[in-house]
Amino acid sequence: MAASLQRNLNVGEAVAPPLTPKRSKAPLPAVRVRGLTRRFGEREVLKSLDVDIAPGEFVALLGASGCGKSTLLRILADLDREIVGEVEVPVRRAVAFQAPRLMPWKKVWRNVVLGLPGRPDRARALAALDEVGIGHRADVWPKVLSGGEAQRTSLARALVREPDLLLLDEPFAALDALTRIKAQDLVAELWQRHGCAILLVTHDVEEAVLLADRVLVMKDGVIAHEERIDLERPRDVADPVFARIRGSLLDSLGVRHGTHGNA
Amino acid sequence: MSSIATITIAPGAVERRPADQTAKPDDLLARQRIEPVSTARHRVPRWLRRLSGPVLLVLLWHVASQTGVLPSEVLAGPTTVIGSAAKLVDNGELQDAMLISLSRALAGLAIGGSIGVTLAVVAGLFRLGEDMVDATMQMLRTVPAVALIPLLIIWFGIGEAPKIALIALGTAFPLYLNVYAGIRNVDSTLIEAGRTLDLSRSAMIRHVVLPGALPSALVGLRYSLGIAWLALVFGEQINATAGIGYLMATAREMFQTDVIVVCLVVYALLGLGVDFTVRTLERVFLAWRPAFSGT
Repeated sequence: MAASLQRNLNVGEAVAPPLTPKRSKAPLPAVRVRGLTRRFGEREVLKSLDVDIAPGEFVALLGASGCGKSTLLRILADLDREIVGEVEVPVRRAVAFQAPRLMPWKKVWRNVVLGLPGRPDRARALAALDEVGIGHRADVWPKVLSGGEAQRTSLARALVREPDLLLLDEPFAALDALTRIKAQDLVAELWQRHGCAILLVTHDVEEAVLLADRVLVMKDGVIAHEERIDLERPRDVADPVFARIRGSLLDSLGVRHGTHGNA
Repeated sequence: MSSIATITIAPGAVERRPADQTAKPDDLLARQRIEPVSTARHRVPRWLRRLSGPVLLVLLWHVASQTGVLPSEVLAGPTTVIGSAAKLVDNGELQDAMLISLSRALAGLAIGGSIGVTLAVVAGLFRLGEDMVDATMQMLRTVPAVALIPLLIIWFGIGEAPKIALIALGTAFPLYLNVYAGIRNVDSTLIEAGRTLDLSRSAMIRHVVLPGALPSALVGLRYSLGIAWLALVFGEQINATAGIGYLMATAREMFQTDVIVVCLVVYALLGLGVDFTVRTLERVFLAWRPAFSGT
């Protein structure tokens, strides 16, 4: 699924010009970021950042809180245009946030197809909900969903748009340990099936190594470290290579790692 | 079991024993049995218990009238009131008056409500609308609607128009304020989610903003109804020739305290009925709300 249609996010200072679609020639990266700077007042949260994400690539973005990783995700989601620099992202994007952000006044299935053109397509919603394993919850209000179910609904809502780029903003952070493991497995499976590029923002080193092709470590607004992970999938946490990668990532995050190092 | 920290709860004495103190043998520990809440204690239904207060009050009223402590010129006794209510119902006077008063209230609410909601939507959704409408509304709302009665009489005469205008004026503001606040307080994370779903502006308003403002709008409706009633009572004092207020004014001239009480009860009952209607609306339209706990 190549990201054929790209759009230019911004070049100017502060206020962005309208988005202009741009035809691509060669196999372009799904995401192309050059010299991206974002200031909040005097503070530079992103400092002339360069990032590429290939079509279909799974990239995890690690970093301590406040390092700017969520800021980058919001810019890629086109929720923040107060930027300087060059940003190109696929037109078809979807976002799953840390909180599921479902519309509480819409039944689960209507939430899934909200924003799709045409009449709400129940069959399409059911198919998407079945894919994330909660087809039986289609007709309830979001308030009765468990945390894991709500997050799955949010994933279904993102995937039903068949995105070329899926942005995940710490989607598992609020889940309990067991539910998180299941949700991570689900994301790995959905990624293999849909083949979209994924940017996963997380502060969990193990999660990053478990899921991603490439892990970026962000620190003070720049990419401080990059690690390509060529381990076979599904990956085993107990694998010594896994442990070594996790250790080196923890080091780059400035966390002294012992034998039980965990983020 | 040599050093158990225990809290001894004995009648008339509470003492704390630290763990390091030498423990007494088990049989000397004072124990408390936690009893389950007895269901038998609640044999009298809750509604019956709540009813006992009003019933007692009416009983007191009855006794006071019967013994002459409360003369009928001051306040007629409950039996007289019930009697005259039956008479008024019998000759159809009460039903006619109720119907007229209720239709006045609803007409005023319909006009005032439409104006309030429309202005709130305009001010809530558009920056320009906010600048044009909100400051004006915030200024006007401080004028008590009842104080406008003299002007309304000059403008509209003494027919139906000033009564309905008064109710419309009174109800427009609470609806305006609540709908406007509701729109402005819609969860911004949901607006953001809507943006990531590529919702158009109209879809955003229809699927996110207006449903999000609905709970607040219904609160506004409740306030408006309360004020509609108040405005109705005031409005019907303006030279009315029909309605509950007219019935009351006639009764006042003839010192019929029993009829006045009947009218008061009718006002209360109409208010309760309308409140019940809003509750039903809330139950139907706000079933999605996590805070909703009724059935």
